[in-house]
Amino acid sequence: MSKPSANTLAPRSGSSKMHNTLVYVRQHWQLYLLFMLPAFVLTIVFRYIPMGGVLIAFENYNPFVGVFGSEWVGFSHFQRFLSSPDFLSYLANTLKLSVFGLLWGFPAPILLAFLLNRILNKKTKQKIQLVLYMPNFISVIVLCGIVRILLSPTGMVNMLLGTNYNFMTMPQAFRTIYIASGIWQGAGWGSIIYTAALSNASKDLIEAAVIDGANIFQQIKTVEWPAIKDTVMIQFIMAVGNIMSIGFEKAYALQTDLNMASSEIISTYVYKKGLIDGDYGFSTAVGLFNTVINVILLISMNSIVKKMNEGKGIY
Amino acid sequence: MQPKKKSEFAKQTTGDKILLVICYCILGAFVIAIVFPIIYIILSSFIDPVTLQNKGVTFDFSQWTLTAYERVMSNAQIWVGFKNALIYSIVATILGGVITLLAAYPMSRPDFRGKGFFNVIFLITMFFGGGLIPTYLLINNLGWLDSPLAIVVPCAFNVWNMIIARTYYQGIPRDLQEAADIDGATEMDYFFKILLPVCTPIIATISMWNFVGMWNSYFDAMIYLNDPAKQPLQLVLRAILIQSQPEPGMVSDMQSTAERAQLAELLKYATIIISSLPLMIMYPFFQKYFDSGIMAGAVKG
Repeated sequence: MSKPSANTLAPRSGSSKMHNTLVYVRQHWQLYLLFMLPAFVLTIVFRYIPMGGVLIAFENYNPFVGVFGSEWVGFSHFQRFLSSPDFLSYLANTLKLSVFGLLWGFPAPILLAFLLNRILNKKTKQKIQLVLYMPNFISVIVLCGIVRILLSPTGMVNMLLGTNYNFMTMPQAFRTIYIASGIWQGAGWGSIIYTAALSNASKDLIEAAVIDGANIFQQIKTVEWPAIKDTVMIQFIMAVGNIMSIGFEKAYALQTDLNMASSEIISTYVYKKGLIDGDYGFSTAVGLFNTVINVILLISMNSIVKKMNEGKGIY
Repeated sequence: MQPKKKSEFAKQTTGDKILLVICYCILGAFVIAIVFPIIYIILSSFIDPVTLQNKGVTFDFSQWTLTAYERVMSNAQIWVGFKNALIYSIVATILGGVITLLAAYPMSRPDFRGKGFFNVIFLITMFFGGGLIPTYLLINNLGWLDSPLAIVVPCAFNVWNMIIARTYYQGIPRDLQEAADIDGATEMDYFFKILLPVCTPIIATISMWNFVGMWNSYFDAMIYLNDPAKQPLQLVLRAILIQSQPEPGMVSDMQSTAERAQLAELLKYATIIISSLPLMIMYPFFQKYFDSGIMAGAVKG
C-alpha cells in the first residue's frame, strides 16, 4: 500500500517515507481535494459526529445545555432498560424476527437461482426473472398496504380460506406475515447474485459431468454448488451481521395496536421512546445496546467462518 | 427457438425430465404467487366498494367504476407527494452518484497514499453508528428540520456503493491511465473523459439504487419533514394505506361514516396502482445492468 508510485519524482535514497508521501500528495492534490474531500466531510459530519453523540446514552440529556453540559448518569439508562420487564420481550421479538427471517429468507433466493439455472431457454428465463424482480421495486409502504388489504377480514386470503380472521391484529401471525412478505418481495431480487455466480460455473464442467452420466442432483453437488459456495458464505456473514439491525420501516408499517406483543422490536421501541416520548438519553442507550450486540455478532461470526473456511473470512 | 428448446429437453434422461418438470412447477408456483395478488389488486381497484365487499372481484363490467382513480388523481396532496419524491430522488441520485463515484476513484488506485486510513474510516461506519437520536439532534442543530436537505445530504455518500464502484474501476485496464499520464492529462480529465465513459453499467446501477431507494423510503421524511407541502409520496401513501386516513377531500362528500370507510378502502387499491406505476414501467429498462452491477459488488464483500 505504501509502495512508492511510479510517478513519484522524489529521490529514492535518503528521503523519508514521510517526505515521499508529501511529494505524492502535492503531485496528486486533486485526488484528495476534489475526489475524496466531499465523501470524507460527509462521513465525518453525518457518521462520526453522531457517534460522539452516543454520550447522551450516559446522560440526562438537556437540549438547552447540550451534550457537554447535561447531567452525567453513567449506566443508569442501561440498567433501567435491562431490568425493565419489556426488555426480554423486545429482545426476543427482535431476535426471533431476524433469526427466523434468516432461516426462511436466506435459502429462498439460492433455491430460486438453482431453479432458474435449470431453465433451458434463455428468453424464457429472462422473462421469468423480470417477474421475479418486480416486487423489489414496490415500496415498503405499498407492500405493507398490499399485505393489509389482502389480509383484512374481507380480503383475498380470507376469501380463499372461507374465513374472516383479522390477521393484522393477531400477534401470533405477525412474524409469518413479516417473513413471508419479505420472501415475496426479496427472494427474486436476492437470486441475482447467485444466478450470476452460477453463470460463471464453467459450461464445460457441466457438459463433462453430463457426459459422465451425472444427473441433476450430481451436477448441482459437483459443479454448481462449488461455484456459488463462496458467495453464499459472504452473503451469510453479512446477513448474520445485520441480525440486530432488522429494518425499522417494515416492522413499523405492519404494526397495529393489537399485534404489539410480537411486533414491537428494538428499533421501533427506540423510535417511540426517543422521538415520540422525547426520552433522548434512554432511547440512545437502547440503540447503543443494539449496535454493540450487532458488532459482537458480526465479529464472532466472521471468526467462526474463518475457521471453517480455511482462514478466509471477509475482513 | 422452439425446436432448439425441445431438443435440449429431449436430451435429458427420464429421471432428469421428471426433476425438470418439478423444478418448473415450483418456479411456476412462485411466479403465480407474485402475480396473483397484483392482478387481484388491479382488478379490485376498478370495482365499486359495496360490490367488492359483498361479491369480491367480478367480471360483470357494469359493476366496474373509475371512481377511485378519479378521486385519487384529483387529490392535490398525491401530486405534491409525487413532485417532491421526484425532486428528492433526482437530487439524491445526482448528488449521491457524483460524491460516491468520485470517492471511489482514488480508492481504486494502487498508488493512492492514505488508502488504508480512508478504508478504515469508511468501513467503521458500515457497522457502527450513533443511532437515531444523535443523528436527529445533529440535523436539528444544523437547522435542517423541515428541510429537504435533511433527507438528501446525510445519505449522499454510501460506502457500499463506493466499494462497488471501486471494484468496477479496478477492472478497467491501467494502460488507459498510464497513457493519459503521459499525455499530461489531469486527474479530472482522466476521470471524466476516459474512465467514466467506460463505466456506464456501474453508473446506471448505482443511479438506479439511489433513485429507487430515495423514492421508496419514508423513515427520514417521517422524522424530519412535518410540513405537508414538503412531504414525499411515501408519506402521503402511509396516511392512506397504513393509517387509513385519506386526505379529507377524497372522502368528505360521503354522508355516512360507513360509506366513508368503504371508500377509504377502495381508494387504497387505486393508490397502490397509481403510486407503483412509475417504477414498474421503469425497471425493465435497467434489467441489462442488474447482473453486471451486482456482480461488481459481489466480487469483494
